[in-house]
Amino acid sequence: MKKVIHAARGVFLWADDRLHLTKLWESTAGHHVPQSAGSWFYVFGSATLLCFMIQLITGIMLALVYVPSAAEAYASLEYLTYEQNLGWFLRAVHYWGSNFMVGIMLLHMTQVYLFGAYKYPREITWISGVILMVLTLGLAFTGQVMRFDEDAYWGLGIGAAIMGRVPFMGEQMVNFMLGGPIIASETLSRFFALHVFVLPGSVLAIVSLHLRMVLTKGINEYPQPGMVVRRETYDKEYAAILKKEGVPFFPKAISKDLVAAAIVIFGILACAVYFGPKGPFGPPDPVQIDTLPRPDFYFMWIFAVAALMPEWMETIALLGGPVIIGLVLFALPFFNGTGEKSWRRRPVAVLVVILTYLSLGLLTYLGQSSPWSPAMDAWKGDLTPKEFLIGRTPLELKGSIIMQSMQCRNCHAIGGIGGRRGPDLSDVGARLTKDQLIRQVIQGGGNMPAYGDNLSPDEVEALVAFMYSLRPPGITPARDATLPGRAPME
Amino acid sequence: MNEEPQKPCACQDAPKKTTRRDFLLGAGFGLNVIAGAMIGVPLLGYVLSSFFKPNVLERISLGPVDQFPEGQTRFASYRNPTHRTWDGMTADIPVWVRRIEGEKFQVFAINCTHLGCPVRWFEESKLFMCPCHGGAFYEDGEHAAGPPPRGLYTYEVKVENGELFVMGGVLPNLSNQKI
Repeated sequence: MKKVIHAARGVFLWADDRLHLTKLWESTAGHHVPQSAGSWFYVFGSATLLCFMIQLITGIMLALVYVPSAAEAYASLEYLTYEQNLGWFLRAVHYWGSNFMVGIMLLHMTQVYLFGAYKYPREITWISGVILMVLTLGLAFTGQVMRFDEDAYWGLGIGAAIMGRVPFMGEQMVNFMLGGPIIASETLSRFFALHVFVLPGSVLAIVSLHLRMVLTKGINEYPQPGMVVRRETYDKEYAAILKKEGVPFFPKAISKDLVAAAIVIFGILACAVYFGPKGPFGPPDPVQIDTLPRPDFYFMWIFAVAALMPEWMETIALLGGPVIIGLVLFALPFFNGTGEKSWRRRPVAVLVVILTYLSLGLLTYLGQSSPWSPAMDAWKGDLTPKEFLIGRTPLELKGSIIMQSMQCRNCHAIGGIGGRRGPDLSDVGARLTKDQLIRQVIQGGGNMPAYGDNLSPDEVEALVAFMYSLRPPGITPARDATLPGRAPME
Repeated sequence: MNEEPQKPCACQDAPKKTTRRDFLLGAGFGLNVIAGAMIGVPLLGYVLSSFFKPNVLERISLGPVDQFPEGQTRFASYRNPTHRTWDGMTADIPVWVRRIEGEKFQVFAINCTHLGCPVRWFEESKLFMCPCHGGAFYEDGEHAAGPPPRGLYTYEVKVENGELFVMGGVLPNLSNQKI
């Protein structure tokens, strides 16, 4: 036994002499960090990197089976999901790993921002982090294209439509993005190359820089209110902190990272097993137009913004928005590189975070529910609650059928059932007079199409009669205020 | 190798005298710039070819006009003229064909002018509706409601010997309004 240990020691010493392993270990895993940095708030960076490693490994596994060809990708996805042994599991872990990666990256960024870690002298740490965020979102979008189903196809269409708004060279940009004039085989091939070679390779390179900066400029100390960053004194102060309470990252500060890593892996596995992989949904067949294209979770807020913006600012916001956000993020450590670090003394930073999360959360919720989209099948599938039909005249009942068959319900709900693009019509008789209803139906307006060319006078009469009867019990019908004293027209 | 740290200093002292080492350094840089360009330029040409290649519209048949009843709007599709064998179903491009009367046709791209989602035709209300952000268009393709900045993209149409032809082959978008 002694001999074996002796031999092993000899081998290690030989390798250490040739590879300088001990020195490498001391200057990386063993580098000193402030004891205060061993905090639960400091686990998100390593957790994001862990997610990336999981994505790298599961991604390579998936690439063993996946076929990046427009003709075969969908079939290979179905094979992966239903036939390949544990293929569903790998797909699920890869999908949930991406969700966790984007989410934890956001938490990491929030923590770094609130703790002032981007300030002097960690500008490049922050900037490389911003680049990593862009790359991660790029991986998320291209990954959504890898799941080459109907959502991927129309998602590419949305991307191309945004590119087509670029001034002067929009057409060229679309062709460059798609690899030709339409969404086809070359589109999938280039997104595959981006997703599996270009973007992960770039992430590896920039992560190296990011970690290198952590080693050279140190991890941020846990900020205390009143400890102000000054360019002249900070480096000495940080050195003093390290001297006073510096501990080697391994094994003194890594424990919480390790616990967090396990929690993240358990979380991904739990979601993967419980929810399974996403899709693939319908095939990427442009002719199958009975589809509701929706982006993945992390881009839902952009989808919502695109629905809610006024038309005049769409092109500016879709093209300029990302550039402005990027520039602000890049410039942040330069215009706000000194001063207080603690969020307790930075109310604006706290407000920025709260507003950002509120906006993103609200827009994501709106995107998921998409109240602006017509309910495409409401006209043939949705019920008219009976209280809106009982006691109606034959003319009014005829109007209710016209309302159904003319697809009014796709945009207008009755009793809360139906589309939500236009107002709910349950009480429209109390809001609009007959004349107003006729005008609205015939001329449209206020974001409603005109139906004048499409309805006969008889039909308009019946439809308006039905709508005029729609009002809660005990509420008088709307009346024309320019005709004082006259009873409402019946 | 061991002499190298001293050499640059010597060069700075006497910049006029070009040593063989300096010449080789310059030649090494120069040759690699040329070699890099010889690799880099074709590489850029390869990657950017889709950027610079102009779009060409081709004449595509949508079949005999008889299959499109007058006064109605019907769904049709064609095989993209530039398709590859490995395009699969993505090469099938859908369109809406409106036969106004006789040989008067309107052929609309499926893509909403807002962000490219597929619009659906509703025969009863004579509207195209988009499932993404709620754009709506009249039967002649004009903008009716919602965020789209213009009416539907319209193909150039020709009828010859009872057959309906369109000029197509590109994904329509706001920069490319030829179709």
